[in-house]
This record gives sequence, structure tokens and C-alpha cells, in this order.
Amino acid sequence: MNYVIIGNSASGIAAVESIREIDKENKIILISDEPYLNYSRPLISYLLGKKITVDKINYREENFYKENKVDLILNKKAIKLDVERKTVTLSDKQKIFFDKLLISTGGSPIIPEIKGLHSNGVFTFTKLSDEQKIESYIKKNKVKNAVVIGGGLIGLKATEALIELKMKVTIIELANRILSSTFDKKASDIIKNSLEKIGCKIITENTVAEIKEKSGRVTEIVLKDKTKIKTDMVILAIGVRPNIELVKNTPIKTNRGVIVDKFMQTNIKDIYSAGDCCEPTIAIWPVAVKQGKIAGYNMAGLKKEFGGAVAKNSVELCGIPTISVGETCPTGEGFEILEYNSEEKNIYKKIIIKNNRIVGFIFVGDIEKAGIYTNLIKDKIDITGFKQHLLKEDFGLINLPKEYRKHLVTGMGIEI
Amino acid sequence: MKKIIIREEYCMGCRLCEIQCVVQHSKTKNILKVYKGKDIKPLPKIRVEQEGYISFALQCRHCQDAPCIEACITGAMYRDKKTGAVLCNEEKCVGCWMCIMVCPFGVIQRNIEGKKVASKCDLCTGEEIPACVKNCPNEAIILEDRK
Repeated sequence: MNYVIIGNSASGIAAVESIREIDKENKIILISDEPYLNYSRPLISYLLGKKITVDKINYREENFYKENKVDLILNKKAIKLDVERKTVTLSDKQKIFFDKLLISTGGSPIIPEIKGLHSNGVFTFTKLSDEQKIESYIKKNKVKNAVVIGGGLIGLKATEALIELKMKVTIIELANRILSSTFDKKASDIIKNSLEKIGCKIITENTVAEIKEKSGRVTEIVLKDKTKIKTDMVILAIGVRPNIELVKNTPIKTNRGVIVDKFMQTNIKDIYSAGDCCEPTIAIWPVAVKQGKIAGYNMAGLKKEFGGAVAKNSVELCGIPTISVGETCPTGEGFEILEYNSEEKNIYKKIIIKNNRIVGFIFVGDIEKAGIYTNLIKDKIDITGFKQHLLKEDFGLINLPKEYRKHLVTGMGIEI
Repeated sequence: MKKIIIREEYCMGCRLCEIQCVVQHSKTKNILKVYKGKDIKPLPKIRVEQEGYISFALQCRHCQDAPCIEACITGAMYRDKKTGAVLCNEEKCVGCWMCIMVCPFGVIQRNIEGKKVASKCDLCTGEEIPACVKNCPNEAIILEDRK
């Protein structure tokens, strides 16, 4: 019995852990096309902004692979998958046989077609190698001005890091506001105002038409409306797409990502997929971990279902903590909105209710006890009896129906 | 593992547990220095919730299937192999607050004194009985061996 896992990030590592909960003996081979032991991708913005040092970027300790008896293959890419013979071929032609396979290849940045894209000084920002290239480019060229294309979470975390490095940053966003997929207008505006206060320029409803270079290095961008902006560097952060090259030309069904069932298995027996490369998924860290964990259990023979997920994001920007979960900008009928807004304290809270159930919320400035609301969404709890408490400062578990809070999570000794 | 069991029917809402938790996690562990002196007053990792006649003291439940560990992007949130406790390695924590977003009990807090880190119950690492349990005058929180 041989487990093979492709991908050394959230899902792959979670799968190792859940397989080893059940199966302590059989071989696990983990393949990564990166040269590093393992690291947390969301931390690259913290590294760029010098909030952490590179030794703090590891997600699991060095002895993780030894402790879990994992044969680690680094710096080699899985380039071919033969589902009949159950083999994976690596970039060095080595063939690896599997009994159970997990495809957790993650996502790749979407690269728009822009003239001049291949100039020096144009980067994506999802991997540690991206961060290292950016860091050395900034140092070598004494970069003062940067353009970030994309005002989503990755773009804004990159922006924040660059501002920490005393750079002047301009964000170019296609939508009419930043963070448009996770926030409503009010929440977006709070972050926008804070970014502008620290010298960041935000341009919305616009896009880059051309990147201009001089002796191979980026010097200027030209927007769709012909506006020109001088810059020393460009970061592309318009989104990620599932990495599914490996399964192309195999019988494994794909749509945008690799299609999986509730056990995280593809349409081919013994081949599983988890994280940003699969579908349905939401490309966020906790979902990748959960899916990897569920895939691992099933691979090791313990039947477990992935119960689905709601979109959720937590991110601190300009020192303002923010959490957004579920449906945050409802359109259509039947929604009720509870709102608290204190400009003085820089706090904004919005709870979206439908059919007496919370379906989403946005907290900006005060995120305390957000997890309680997340779980009310997840468990579809009728809030009629305690709705008046939801926005109170002392809202807590005590306001929830006793029979619910008593069995909020299962397990001996954790009930309340 | 040893778990703190909450018995809300015994809780009087006196909040001694909160005070003793603060003292236990302070530098000097001296109540006067913490409350009247110069010692930094840490956040209580246990909090009493009260509504009318009901009250109970609540801290991390050290869940078997801990959502905070799953959500943690840095690997800072981990389970202690010996005690089974869910702990936060504050050295690794970067304050992204994913744990706060998913904790169903709302018992993880932002500690923004100095480096921003997630603050939660550590079952008083190294102590045989956590300070809150030891000092509860009415056994409203007790320590029991549970699986």
C-alpha cells in the first residue's frame, strides 16, 4: 500500500496528518515542485513587509516528515498521470506507483494578457520564490514606486507590505471598489480611506493596457483610459485559478477545477483531490486544510464526508482587523440587515439575515467572538429568540438557546 | 486528557476566576503588583458570561476537532501531544485572526500589547490545576479526566 500526495501545502500536509491518525505503517510519498521543506503561503506578505523572518515561515516543523514517515520528493514536478497503470511521472522521468493518490496541486496566479508583461520588474505574488524575487529586485533597483494590479486580499496584503517598506503604491482595480468580492461598500471604504491616509493611491474601474519598459525594466504603466503612471515595479494579483494541468488528457473529470465527490474522491477510484485545485471548493486556507484532512481519512479507509463550506476571510489591513463570512452583499428579496456603525471608533458591523437565520456578516474594527456568528451560519440556527442581542457588546454564548450551546461541538468534556 | 468542566448551576458570577487567570499569566504572579502595581495586566483567558440569573465561566474547550488549528495559517495553533491541550505558539502567531473567525465559543482574543497574537487558555501550562479551577469558591469549574 502506497499513498502518493502531490502538493506540500495546506491540503497535502493535512492529508499526511489524517492518514497517519489511522495508518501508521504504509508508505506516504509527498511530491513538491518547490525546493523548500514546507511553508505557509499566506505568510509571504508578512515576510516581504519584514513582520516575520524567513525562519518563521515554516508551517510544520522540520521533523514533520520524519515523524510521520513521509518520503519527501522536493523540487520535482509531477508531469504525467497514468490512471490505468496508477503511476505519476516526475520531471526527471522517475515513475512513482500509487495505490491511493491525492492531487493537491493548489492554484496558480491568473496572468492577464497585457503588452509588456514580460519586462523585468513584473511579478506575481503567491509563492515564496515570488517574494524572494521581489525582495531582491527592490534591493537591487532601489524601488520607490510600485503598482499593484488587483484590489483583492492578495493585492492588498502585498500593498501593505510594500508600504511597510516605505514605497509609494498605486492599486489598480477593475471593479468599482477594492475587496469587492468579500466586503460591502461601507467596509471597502473604511479600508480604502485608511490606505489613502498612509499614502496609497487607489484607482478603480480601470485596468492596465500596457506595461512600458526601458532597457528591459518596467518604467511606466498605461491604463485603459490612457492615464500614465510611472513605476519601478508591478505586482499582478488579480486572482488564482486551479492548477489542473496534470489531469488534462486523463479520464479524470474537470470543470474549472478537478471535480470531487463529498469524500473528496474524483470520478476515478483511489484518486482524490483537495484544496484550491479541486471543485467544489472555496480557495481559502481553512477549507484546503479541511478537504485535505477529509481526503486523507478516506484514503486511509475511514469514510468521512466533507460537509461543505461558506466563504470566510479574516485579514488585518492598516491595523484594522476585519472578518467577513458568507453572503455579505445580498441582492434580491427577503434579507434583513442589522447594522452598527461607529465612525468615531472605526467600527462597522453588519449582519445579514434571511428566514430568521444569519447568512453572512462583516465585522470591521471589532471582530470579537466572530466565530460564534460563523457557527450560527454553519448550523443554520434560528435566531428569533436572541436577535436583539446579536449586536450588543456583551453578546456571547449565554445568549444562545441552551440546548444549542450545550452541544455546540461534540466530544466529552467540551460541552457547556 | 484533563478538561475543565463548566457547571453553570454552581456559578455565582463572582469573576474570581478571571482575576486569578490574569494573575497566573502575569510576570510576577503577584495580585497586588498586577492590579495596583506596574506589572503588565494580561487579558483574562477565561470570561464569565452573565444574563439574568444565569452565569458561567468560559474558556477554551480544547476541542477534539479544533477548528482553530485547522484555520491557523502559520501552524502556531497546535495540540500538545502530551496533555492534549490546544495551545498557541505566540512566537509563530502573526495575528491574522483566522482562529477568532472560526472558534464556536468566542474564547480567543486579540492580544495587541506588543506583538499582536491570539490569546487563549493554556490550561495553565505546568500547573497541576489551572488557576481558575483552583480558586473557584463554589466548584463551578472543575478539572476532570475525560477522553
